[in-house]
Amino acid sequence: MSLPVIEARRDRRPPIIAPGHTFETVTDRISRVVLRRGTPRGWIVGFALSFSLMMVLFYATAVLLFRGIGVWGINIPVAWGFDIVNFVWWIGIGHAGTLISAILLLLKQEWRTSINRFAEAMTLFAVACAGLYPVLHLGRPWLAYWLFPYPNTMSMWPQFRSPLIWDVFAVSTYLTVSLLFWFVGLIPDFATLRDRSASRVGRATYGMLAMGWRGSAQHWHRYETAYLLLAGLATPLVVSVHTIVSFDFAVSVIPGWHATILPPYFVAGAIYSGFAMVMTLAIPIRKFYGLEDFITMRHLDNMARVMLATGLIVAYGYMMETFMAWYGGNPYESFMVLNRFSGPYWPQYWLLITCNVILPQVLWFKRLRTSIPALFGVSLIVNLGMWLERYIIIVVSLHRDFLPSSWGMYAGTIYDWSMLFGSMGLFLTLLFLFIRYLPMISIFEMRTLVPGAHVEEEAP
Amino acid sequence: MEVNRREFLRACTRQPPEAIVPYARAPEEGIVPGEPLFFATAMPLAGGALGLLVESHMGRPTKVEGNPQHPQSLGATDVYAQASVLGLYDPDRSQVITSAGEIRPWSAFLETLRAAMEAQRAKGGAGLRFLTEPISSPTAIQQMRDLLAEYPEARWHQYDPLARDGAAAGLRAAVGAEVEPHYRVGAAQVILALDADFLACSPTAVRDVREFSAARHGETGMAMNRLYVVEPMPTVTGGVADHRLAARAGDVERLARGIAAALHVPGVNEPSGLEDGTSKAPASVERQAAWVAAVARDLAAHRGTSLVIAGDAQPPAVHALAAVMNQTLGNIGRTVVYAEPSTTAGGQVASLRQLVDDMDAGKVDLLVICDANPVVTAPADLRFAERLDKVGLRVRLGLYDDETSRLCHWHVPAAHYLESWSDVRAYDGTASIVQPLIAPLYDGKTLHELLAACAGRSDAPSAPYDLVRDYWRRQHTGGDFEAFWQRALHEGLVADTAGKLRVPGARRQSIVPAWREPATADALEITFRPDPTVFDGRFANNAWLQELPKPMTRLTWDNAAHMAAATAARLGVANEDVVELRLDGRTVRAPVWIVPGHAPDAVTVHLGYGRTRAGRVANGVGFDAYALRTSDAMWIARGLEVVKTGTRYALACTQGHQQMEGRDLVRTATLEEFRADPAVVRERGPEEPDASLYPPYRYDGYAWAMAIDLSSCTGCNACVVACQAENNIPIVGKDQVARGREMHWIRVDRYYDGPEENPTINNQPVPCMHCELAPCEVVCPVGATTHSSDGLNQMIYNRCVGTKYCSNNCPYKVRRFNFYLYADWTTESLKLQRNPDVTVRSRGVMEKCTYCIQRIQYAKIKAEKEDRRVRDGEVVPACAQACPASAIVFGDQNDPDARVTLLKKNARNYALLGELNTRPRTTYLAKLTNPNPELTRA
Repeated sequence: MSLPVIEARRDRRPPIIAPGHTFETVTDRISRVVLRRGTPRGWIVGFALSFSLMMVLFYATAVLLFRGIGVWGINIPVAWGFDIVNFVWWIGIGHAGTLISAILLLLKQEWRTSINRFAEAMTLFAVACAGLYPVLHLGRPWLAYWLFPYPNTMSMWPQFRSPLIWDVFAVSTYLTVSLLFWFVGLIPDFATLRDRSASRVGRATYGMLAMGWRGSAQHWHRYETAYLLLAGLATPLVVSVHTIVSFDFAVSVIPGWHATILPPYFVAGAIYSGFAMVMTLAIPIRKFYGLEDFITMRHLDNMARVMLATGLIVAYGYMMETFMAWYGGNPYESFMVLNRFSGPYWPQYWLLITCNVILPQVLWFKRLRTSIPALFGVSLIVNLGMWLERYIIIVVSLHRDFLPSSWGMYAGTIYDWSMLFGSMGLFLTLLFLFIRYLPMISIFEMRTLVPGAHVEEEAP
Repeated sequence: MEVNRREFLRACTRQPPEAIVPYARAPEEGIVPGEPLFFATAMPLAGGALGLLVESHMGRPTKVEGNPQHPQSLGATDVYAQASVLGLYDPDRSQVITSAGEIRPWSAFLETLRAAMEAQRAKGGAGLRFLTEPISSPTAIQQMRDLLAEYPEARWHQYDPLARDGAAAGLRAAVGAEVEPHYRVGAAQVILALDADFLACSPTAVRDVREFSAARHGETGMAMNRLYVVEPMPTVTGGVADHRLAARAGDVERLARGIAAALHVPGVNEPSGLEDGTSKAPASVERQAAWVAAVARDLAAHRGTSLVIAGDAQPPAVHALAAVMNQTLGNIGRTVVYAEPSTTAGGQVASLRQLVDDMDAGKVDLLVICDANPVVTAPADLRFAERLDKVGLRVRLGLYDDETSRLCHWHVPAAHYLESWSDVRAYDGTASIVQPLIAPLYDGKTLHELLAACAGRSDAPSAPYDLVRDYWRRQHTGGDFEAFWQRALHEGLVADTAGKLRVPGARRQSIVPAWREPATADALEITFRPDPTVFDGRFANNAWLQELPKPMTRLTWDNAAHMAAATAARLGVANEDVVELRLDGRTVRAPVWIVPGHAPDAVTVHLGYGRTRAGRVANGVGFDAYALRTSDAMWIARGLEVVKTGTRYALACTQGHQQMEGRDLVRTATLEEFRADPAVVRERGPEEPDASLYPPYRYDGYAWAMAIDLSSCTGCNACVVACQAENNIPIVGKDQVARGREMHWIRVDRYYDGPEENPTINNQPVPCMHCELAPCEVVCPVGATTHSSDGLNQMIYNRCVGTKYCSNNCPYKVRRFNFYLYADWTTESLKLQRNPDVTVRSRGVMEKCTYCIQRIQYAKIKAEKEDRRVRDGEVVPACAQACPASAIVFGDQNDPDARVTLLKKNARNYALLGELNTRPRTTYLAKLTNPNPELTRA
């Protein structure tokens, strides 16, 4: 009884892919971005800017390694600052990719096809950026490998009770699975590029990456199985990684960190910021490469809905933190909340609330959900808000903890800012290379969305 | 050349060639590598001497401790003594004899000096002048006397910028003789300090703190003393007072007269009204009147067990008033005794003025300046530097080639006291032989050598060892001199040398000068004080002291114009605003620092900063307050103008927040409350949880623990410097302190409680708590901080990768991180200072208090060799050892009889933040106060 209703509703929504496309046009449109001769001027300019920004990161890192982490603004009591803020922020951004690829795949949300490749790439690059900080924030970064359990002459193992060790496993697992998932998903498209490439280098490279893909029924069968298995493997990771990152804080005794609500609220926040970042990147790219047919308003609308939902969960988290500070009756907790509201960092706190809670409420309105400038603006605001959230959690909790004698203030130095913007340079550099050399939308999956793919299915 | 092992080792160390005598029994073969030796010696300072035991590793003095037998030390030390070991190895000390900027040999200097002396011999020394600091060395005094006998027209001037001329003059008036008061603080039940910081800034502070604190525990059966303090700026003494009255230094006399009048001291009339010059608010007048009345009543009720102390900065009248009050109260001979001064200095400012006049008149041909730095420290109106130019030959003996040396023809590097043979008298006259721990690093000369050179007698010895020994041989009357000498060296003091006590005769009438209203009562007042860390400036190049947070302000690396919030508001200035201080046409620029509890309409400045040629550490740090100080107003001046300049200057303060925010961090109770219900301390804080799913870890062997008595602690900082010296803690510099990166393993937190005009001050030393359930340990990913079986929270530097998570998760924030390479790995002389038993940390690792694990291990190994347990008191961490108040007690809490165990059972014992279930091994004993019920009711 209810089935026709759903069908009917689905029909009324805009299509996932613009009408008029065939297998041929889909393949052509997407692979053309990679295989065209010459590089667009816009790409060169964008890449150059990103690359320069990445050099800023390298310079700041060199100074850091040469002189010590004193070049940052961290101190006692605020021994973690931009480093861990950036780490959590990038890891959060890295959540959208796997969510879109794995969970939406298992939930059979076909619209994900247009954005999954691209979101997965974003995930990988974000995790790469995030991965820098736990290494560089060490007093002696050259000993970072001591965090891995490896057989050594010292007979020393990591200390497994530390959440930082859990982080090492969570993040490295996530990176590995995301990379595999992304690569496996790319294999059929590598084959397409191999077959269509005009250059010998292209044919050889893509050919190697395609790993002998010939598109036989057996290949497809194995491919589908592997892809589903990987999706199943990746799904718990979406929840686990940020849960474990939140343990870095929840396991501690510091008011503002020591809270059981942190895991769910971190996961929601991660998805929130991840979708915001996908939106931030998708909007200019679809415009620049003329991919409006594939990444349609329907995609943007759906992503906005996900943001709205996760944003509300995050807002609930803030509310509960405040409520529990009062209800729990712990004087340190209540001081921590009051200090956020009206302490020296109040502008940052209220900016965070504005960015993450108040302004995104415009997404309730369909008119704004389908307005490109509005969506782009909201996505940027949420990115900023989520960075501020981590700043508030880390810095503002640490700067005034138990003993007022030890209270201090924190501000990032030029090297802190260089490493934040520099990591964006690294991220964008990788993204530009990805867009130029790999199909940013899954060609073969998009082909399943053209009307021609459904002919047999719909015939009685 | 063939060198055997023994000769090689001898060449490696810088043992003085003469026989020095270790405090403990000497090992038979001399130095045993790894085994420290202790030698008794004494540090001369401010005319007194602190008896010390100096730890020597392979011939290098690395750490000083107090000599328990010495009357001025009683086993404890102050910050200056603790930091003096860094002064010894200061790479900026002058290393060569120079003349006109050129390096010259000692022989060339002797040639010049002898020629000049010969010229003087003809004139009977009419053109010869010596300028020294007040000297209490019997040998030097004898040498000087011999010289003056030979050159009858020559003059010896002694000048100390912190000279206690006011005290001397006041006592001369009151007692009729040249005497120094000695206080028996321990015998006093009620103490009134009239602007006297006797617990920190006095030659006998170390001893007085010991006696004072012993009477602060409030244990049953033990009386607890009560301290009243009147002072302009909060000091260590004011911080521990039961009642502190903030009053301008110039108004103290009026209050003292009020109290004396209320005590019916003959010849003292109550001044017209007690209101001070500017704050004419009736409430404040009433409060002061009530205060004066209550203090007088309390003093009167404690005849013979009360004590009135006048501060060095106060005019003679206040000292005379204090003396007659003590006389009236029957305290003489009980809480205060009079003794001959340990120096022969006399009126020092007058003496210096005489010298300057002579210089100005061209009467001085040869001026020998020893140690004193008059170009900086002389009163500004004497224009010393300018007049110095008129002296024909100027010779300077000094540790540094400083401002005075620059203006002298010859500079001779002085030997540090740790590399000198000398002798010195303590405040009570007890003499100590200063024996060198090391041969002079830079061929420095002692005062004795210089004076011997001046005398130029070929028949007399010229080596300081012979000079000192000869003097004592002449003094020695009994039997075996060698045994006497050995004993004096070993004990660190010469027996029976304490000065004679003087019992003053009948009091004469109207000895206290008549009261006259200060003409400038309404004007802004400025008071000059020695700096709590760099003293009069002589320690300015000592980086440990520069980085040591000053007791009340927690400022480092600078001095400031301290004032009350109300005064700052009236002047329209805020913290770190640079103001121009104008006094009698002289000006200096200083940053403002607001001090709660400072008297209104007054500005306090610390001397000793703004040095220009003190060394790399001190040059250009702070402002020179001496530039405002004149010979007629050495301590207090009125008519100060404060002009805002509009510029700002950043100060590095280690504590940015002063309130406890309603948290029970320093628990306090009045004696009355505590006696009524000892559980009051426990009830002041939340309950400590003790439920756990896991069985507790059993500490079967030792269980090291510490108890810190907040009733005793004065916040003097000796523990901080002692820890720095013991544990090779680096200094980080002003910029890094301002960024919150100071490295001290133990810090003294200071909280204000109550109104900003005159808050209660609570001090709390905070080392690592060595929590049994340490939050830092579980979060370290590499296991670099772990728990030992005897309950120590250990830090393994080699394993630390520097995540800093442990510091974030430490509720006490006692962990310190090497954000840069803070330790100086390159300066050779500083390497000699380091304690070889403690790792010098490198960049990127965390560090923190270890409970001086090297000392624990030393005692454990020793006990193990003797097949016994470590005895109570055998392990003393550096902080506890230095503490003049004995506020820090360390031991094995598994030992039922250990002092620490008993203290932990005390009703005052509580754990800081115990509700977090960290189970700290360091616990505190609540601070008891003994307020006067008459004053608290109001």
